[in-house]
Amino acid sequence: MNNGMKTLTNGLLRENPTFVLVLGMCPTLATTTSAINGMSMGLATMFVLICSNVVISLLKNLIPDKVRIPAFIVVIATFVTMVQLVMQAYLPAIYDVLGLFIPLIVVNCIVLGRAEAFAAKNSVGLSALDGIGMGLGFTLALTILGAIRELLGTGAVFGLPIFSDHFAALIFVLAPGAFICLAYLMALANKLQKK
Amino acid sequence: MNKLESSFKNMVLSLVIISVVAAGALAGVYILTLKTIEAQKTQKQQAAILAVLPEGVELGEAQDVNDMIVYPATLNGEPAGAAVQTEANGFGGPQKVMVGFDQEGRIINYEVLEHQETPGLGDKIVSWFKNADKPAQNILGRQAGKLTVSKDGGDVDAITAATISSRAFLKAVNKAYAAFLNDHTEAHTGASQQVHPVEQPVHECDHHCQGQHEDGHKCDGHCGGNCKHHQEKEANNE
Amino acid sequence: MVYFLIFISAIFVNNIVLSQFLGICPFLGVSKKIDTALGMSAAVTFVLVLATVVTYLLQMLLVAWGLEFLQTILFILIIAALVQMIEIILKKISPSLYQALGVFLPLITTNCCILGVAILVANGTEKLPMGAEHGMLTGTLFALATALGFGLALVLFAGLREQLAMNRVPKAMQGTPIALLTAGLLAMAFMGFSGVV
Repeated sequence: MNNGMKTLTNGLLRENPTFVLVLGMCPTLATTTSAINGMSMGLATMFVLICSNVVISLLKNLIPDKVRIPAFIVVIATFVTMVQLVMQAYLPAIYDVLGLFIPLIVVNCIVLGRAEAFAAKNSVGLSALDGIGMGLGFTLALTILGAIRELLGTGAVFGLPIFSDHFAALIFVLAPGAFICLAYLMALANKLQKK
Repeated sequence: MNKLESSFKNMVLSLVIISVVAAGALAGVYILTLKTIEAQKTQKQQAAILAVLPEGVELGEAQDVNDMIVYPATLNGEPAGAAVQTEANGFGGPQKVMVGFDQEGRIINYEVLEHQETPGLGDKIVSWFKNADKPAQNILGRQAGKLTVSKDGGDVDAITAATISSRAFLKAVNKAYAAFLNDHTEAHTGASQQVHPVEQPVHECDHHCQGQHEDGHKCDGHCGGNCKHHQEKEANNE
Repeated sequence: MVYFLIFISAIFVNNIVLSQFLGICPFLGVSKKIDTALGMSAAVTFVLVLATVVTYLLQMLLVAWGLEFLQTILFILIIAALVQMIEIILKKISPSLYQALGVFLPLITTNCCILGVAILVANGTEKLPMGAEHGMLTGTLFALATALGFGLALVLFAGLREQLAMNRVPKAMQGTPIALLTAGLLAMAFMGFSGVV
């Protein structure tokens, strides 16, 4: 169980996919225009991560080495499409906001990366925990970034106004703001890690 | 590592099996969600139309007018205006707007269906022009067709720092009005009005002053036969 | 004229990296030196244009058979195959470039910009300037222009980073953070193109 806890917390802090591994940058920058958008993206990715990690770990001895990448891709893409369809049917508002980035989960380096680096070599239980840990770490990072951008850009967080948008700098919900906020968050994470 | 060896047969077999299972599972999910997704789409379309018309109207057959769509409405059998889906090129991309008109051509309501305007600036078109507290920018209840921003000599206040988005929006609304008239009046007489730039000529002569109105008049794109050009032409013909 | 505008729109106004956020991973990873940046851009251009054409045709089949839900899976498999192809070709034609690109070459498969553009064009939802009709020709030109925009952003960024490497950067900002900050300023500069098309 100790191993399990270690795997779980790995993705949250020590190997946080966004701040430490610097993976999955595209959705990180694109979907964090607000806290709720960032969180939704993170949760959708976490679902795919957990499912694909579990299935790939189950199949790891049945997939010949040479075709492992295409096989992983098929598995991941299947779950991504399932998420797409379910969101389109039951969460249309979020589906419209996240748009293109839902199918792009399939090329999110985190998913393929963990499949290759962890699920292909570990048990199903640990792989599931890794999926949860990494997924939560990603969701956390995206939610924080989304919240900061939303706060600085519109004066609200999760839709609740904190201060009037007269004092807000619109740039933070636009492209440059994404880069700048992430830059400083990463620098902060670096500083905290060094200590 | 007791992995399956990478013989050709194994590689092909495993890939094929995985793909088939995946496709099957996916087809299953697809069929399960199909009805809901279709229902979402029609509901969205219906909701947009009904949002701009008064309560309890029934919709007639949709008409295509100049790549806009007109949805005529009836209330208890009597014609009660129409909703028009229109489009114009905004600042960041096309704006798709649904405008509701009453029988007299006044704007009941509008909904912006799609837009690509800048958040915090152009995206205010969603609510700016129906702000009941600010009559100078509120277009609800007004006659459409000639709506222009104050910068161009009109009487609608544009969004601060988003004039281009505002212009595009009003153009979309005016186009919608033209389509509404087209659908509701038999002849497209010269009395219908359009604003710059003119989509189609409104009277027989193809003259349009193209905004070059030096005497500062509010040009409605139709000279009524009274412009310099027309008078010259008549003088020459005689 | 509208074809020229497609290029202006995709390269400057809606630059794929700096405004649409696709292709960030290679953008941050390969942009340390100008010549690797150029090599990467050439590879991406080839894969992007070819992938867009193939997936566009495939989409027509999928729609005809009612199998649109297989879009994501099939598209990514096609892209993976194309990247394998280009790896083999590159190994034969220019082994030095092959070495220089290293692990980033197979990573083109996971370059969101390629799958992203393929999906956009196949669904007819790519951002085209006013007056442009969605179709195979405009889609292909859009893909080409996007790849050029990617290359432009990459090379500009590489140039900036080469300069940055000679300066003193605070410890916490070293590496990715300062790169992101630079990218943000570059994105701000590109915002100046808004409204041009």
